[in-house]
Amino acid sequence: MAVIEQNQAKGIISSINGPVIKGRNMVSFKMREMVTVGEKSLIGEVIVLEGDIGTIQVYEETEGLKVGEVILPTGRPLSLNLGPGMLKNMFDGIQRPLAKIQEVSPIFIPEGIGLLSIDEAQLWEATITAKPGDILLAGAVFGLVKETEVIQNRLMVPPNLSGTVVSVVPDGSYTIKDMLVKLRDEKNDIHELKMAHQWPVRTPRPTAYRQETLVPLITGQRIIDIFFPIAKGGTAAIPGGFGTGKTMTQHQLAKWSDADIIVYIGCGERGNEMTEVIEDFPKLIDPRSGKSIMERTVLIANTSNMPVAAREASIYTGVTIAEYYRDMGYAVAMMADSTSRWAEALREISGRLEEMPAEEGYPAYLPSRIAEFYERAGSVQTLGGDEGSITIIGAVSPAGGDFSEPVTENTKRFVNVFLALDKNLAYARHYPAINWLESYSGYIKILSDWYEDHVAPDCIELRNKMIELLYQENKLLEMVMLVGEDVLPDDQRWVLEIARIIKVGYLQQNAYNKEDTYVPLAKQYAMLKAIEYFYEKGRAGLKLGIPTSQLKNQEIISAFIKMKYTIPNDDLSGLDELKNQIDSYYDALFKRYQD
Amino acid sequence: MKKEYLKIDKVVGPLIQVSDVDSVFYGEVVNIVEIATGNIKKGKVIKIEEQHVVIQVFQNTSGLAAGNSIINFTGESFNLPMSLDLLGRIFNGIGQPIDNGSEIFSAIEANINGRPINPMSREYPRNFIQTGISSIDTLATLIRGQKLPIFSGNGLPHNELAAQIVRQAQLGDDVDEPFGVVFAAIGVKHDDEKFFRKSFGESNVMDRVVMFVNYADDPIAERITTPRCALTAAEYLAFEKNMHILVVMTDITSYCEALREISSAREEVPSRKGYPGYMYSDLAALYERAGMLKNQKGSITFLPILTMPNDDITHPIPDLTGYITEGQLVLGRDLFQRSIYPPVSVLPSLSRLMKDGIGEGFTREDHAEVANQLFASYSKVQEVRDLSQIIGEDDLSQTDKKYMAFGRAFEAEFLNQGADESRTIVDSLDLGWKLLAMLPLTELDRLSPENIEKYFPKESQVE
Ligand SMILES: Nc1ncnc2c1ncn2[C@@H]1O[C@H](COP(=O)(O)OP(=O)(O)OP(=O)(O)O)[C@@H](O)[C@H]1O
Ligand SMILES: [Mg+2]
Repeated sequence: MAVIEQNQAKGIISSINGPVIKGRNMVSFKMREMVTVGEKSLIGEVIVLEGDIGTIQVYEETEGLKVGEVILPTGRPLSLNLGPGMLKNMFDGIQRPLAKIQEVSPIFIPEGIGLLSIDEAQLWEATITAKPGDILLAGAVFGLVKETEVIQNRLMVPPNLSGTVVSVVPDGSYTIKDMLVKLRDEKNDIHELKMAHQWPVRTPRPTAYRQETLVPLITGQRIIDIFFPIAKGGTAAIPGGFGTGKTMTQHQLAKWSDADIIVYIGCGERGNEMTEVIEDFPKLIDPRSGKSIMERTVLIANTSNMPVAAREASIYTGVTIAEYYRDMGYAVAMMADSTSRWAEALREISGRLEEMPAEEGYPAYLPSRIAEFYERAGSVQTLGGDEGSITIIGAVSPAGGDFSEPVTENTKRFVNVFLALDKNLAYARHYPAINWLESYSGYIKILSDWYEDHVAPDCIELRNKMIELLYQENKLLEMVMLVGEDVLPDDQRWVLEIARIIKVGYLQQNAYNKEDTYVPLAKQYAMLKAIEYFYEKGRAGLKLGIPTSQLKNQEIISAFIKMKYTIPNDDLSGLDELKNQIDSYYDALFKRYQD
Repeated sequence: MKKEYLKIDKVVGPLIQVSDVDSVFYGEVVNIVEIATGNIKKGKVIKIEEQHVVIQVFQNTSGLAAGNSIINFTGESFNLPMSLDLLGRIFNGIGQPIDNGSEIFSAIEANINGRPINPMSREYPRNFIQTGISSIDTLATLIRGQKLPIFSGNGLPHNELAAQIVRQAQLGDDVDEPFGVVFAAIGVKHDDEKFFRKSFGESNVMDRVVMFVNYADDPIAERITTPRCALTAAEYLAFEKNMHILVVMTDITSYCEALREISSAREEVPSRKGYPGYMYSDLAALYERAGMLKNQKGSITFLPILTMPNDDITHPIPDLTGYITEGQLVLGRDLFQRSIYPPVSVLPSLSRLMKDGIGEGFTREDHAEVANQLFASYSKVQEVRDLSQIIGEDDLSQTDKKYMAFGRAFEAEFLNQGADESRTIVDSLDLGWKLLAMLPLTELDRLSPENIEKYFPKESQVE
């Protein structure tokens, strides 16, 4: 590598405009290079190079910077240090651990703390699986570290390296900086493999190939798992105005979905929401591992009052971390709350660069950035020969709650599941306020085999039938609004009755209730099946000429409304009893009418 | 070393441009001294391009011209002296006393921009604050450390409501926990400011109030600093002096308009309705200063007030606010016109933090269910009202007629209360049960059998 003369490589600040600064004398800098800015060594990234003028977005508060201060190169693009020590921790938008920052400054986040990353002092028990003479290809696993109670960190050869093992260290305690394996590449150069390696956030990590996703991400949320399923490796968006439940839904998914790893990005949202995660997650037990869900979680926080350029970076930081765990062969689910804040950060930087705006001030490259981001989701064959996946679930915060704005519209183009949150449902405290008419999942077809094999042969059919009822209800309600319910024929009134049960008893799910916050698929299916049973029973009664008013048995209806609380998740026998109750009531009723 | 410059290139609204400037820093405070009168205006560097500097002036820029003023770069950021002496005092929007009292002297100075609180250092707010107002306490509970704005409209009684909350709210757990009020008036009428001052005086809290006032006829650039000065004082009192601070701020709409005006003077690309694209981050830099910290006694509870232009909740000002705050109290014009005070429109109102601050041990075990049921039933009232508009109330079903009656009683008895009436949470919940009992039990699907058994008023049970 050529040694660059120190003074030649120094840029000089020539202008300052919020998070965007310009420097002179920057010919030797590279596009997207990470730099340090000014006396406080603020972290920044070169985003435009024109002649010897470089434009830099700065990830920290720029107040106090002066023209004439120095810009120094780091020689590499904005990169993460990928190694054990990320799970259970919270980082800022450029992977600086907030717990470490707190040690330096107990309350507020100061600027100029420099480049911190995962803990370099911590000792990890490493088992080295590679042996001298082994040929290791890119992505191959050469050792194991128990990163948390539930997650084995598989130490991998970085994606851009391969070779023959020259020597290995014995199993034992090492830090991420210690050399573990010496590798000789084709050119006979020796490389030291450590627990951690660097990777630039804006470059997707390579995989062997993409494959089709045939397994759902099970979330324990009825409206998602049964009505609008998300495939592992798939993409979903949750748009909704303020207070409609985006964060609650994202938190529910982070808590309960059956992914191996959760990467949760608080992107331009509230500080308290991240605090809540830090306080609550360690106390919640993962139904599958029996351990705290924090053991599998990485948190990225750029709250709304943190610097806006780091908000732009936080999304890439999150997805790069997700890719790192995917490459170990894990199913990763990533939540980004909210992608709109990321888009707005792009807009703000773009505005400061005086770029020509497209729609609503957003830069013309907004759609391509959104597409690139969601394209980093997927189910893959990893370089190491495992199967891994990243599911991306992005919240969208449309201005004015109106879905016809650029971020929502462009997101809709690139995701397969759309969970539309509805203000009116939220006002009526129907939670989750996911509108069943506007939402969709593009995965129903490819997942139907899975549901038929793992849940019940008629699972998808049942779902379609119930959605159909909700569509019918919607039409009928329009009529009711004109003429009142009393004039509708009996069979239509029965549809309204069943639809109400589906809405209140099934689709509404109380995140604050112990039993209802997470519901296993078997119960989700059985509940819906019971509603169908009731529906058909009523229809049989209608055929006998029994009016709806007679069919409506308040006791049974109220049992349906409350079944989510009264039927324990692990004992569905109550639903059989409900069926018996239905039988005995209606058989008697039918008898009276038949006679 | 002080750097002085004579040459002003250009004055655009609240902004001036100066050339040939050396070694000033971004955010540096400048004094602009009018040579003839010696008058000093304050400003701040908001953009540096080589030798050219853009300064945002906090006072009126009229009269400023090349040659008649000296620009004096102070070498300092915008800092305010902090001390307990702030209590009981009144300042303008840049922190200068306007009550004829002395300057605040203190070795402790704080930058008015503040810094982001590390989420690791926050304590998730959980303590219920009783405001004595049924609609708020029951349905959109205020929590200590919460940021809960009042979305109002022109002419609605938001000031009265805010003053009533200040009078009635019990901020601390014990009587001996010190509390205080920081009040920021941004672009308000003299009358409104006087109203608050009088109300603080009447409730004998004036010596615990710090006021920062920018009147409607004061310079707009000062509106940008007013809330920052106020929140800096609040942070000092809460986090250095362990006080429970309630910040009342009005009117955020004037603040946002000032932001827009300055943005347009800077010729920035506007986003919705001409407001700058960074308005979300800018507002967040204010709202996020509320909260509680781990291992610290003090707290900042934040009640910003904004008037929604045209009562439109989707307007960027309420919209961006709602995206940052932890809920909102929405006032409704229709309720106001029907003389219901406080006219809290409960369906769009929300307190996101109430879930952890209510229930057994905080308020009462039935609180969540009663709140849910009131929301559900009252939202059904709206549907029934729409229907009755079309087919007439007489043709409604029996159940729907009960909803109509429930809706009227809910508004007249539950929402409506005196400006000096303070109800305990237990009274409010009992009132909720009494009203719910007007509906058939089968309609009350959010209530558990246990709570019905315990709280449902037996004598009024129909059917
Ligand atoms: N599944 C749910 N169960 C119970 N309550 C819910 C549920 N979803 C949402 N809520 C209620 O709605 C409130 C707002 O939800 P949330 O904070 O998720 O909204 P949001 O869409 O993220 O809003 P913003 O865009 O402002 O961040 C919550 O505080 C809670 O009271
Ligand atoms: Mg949210």
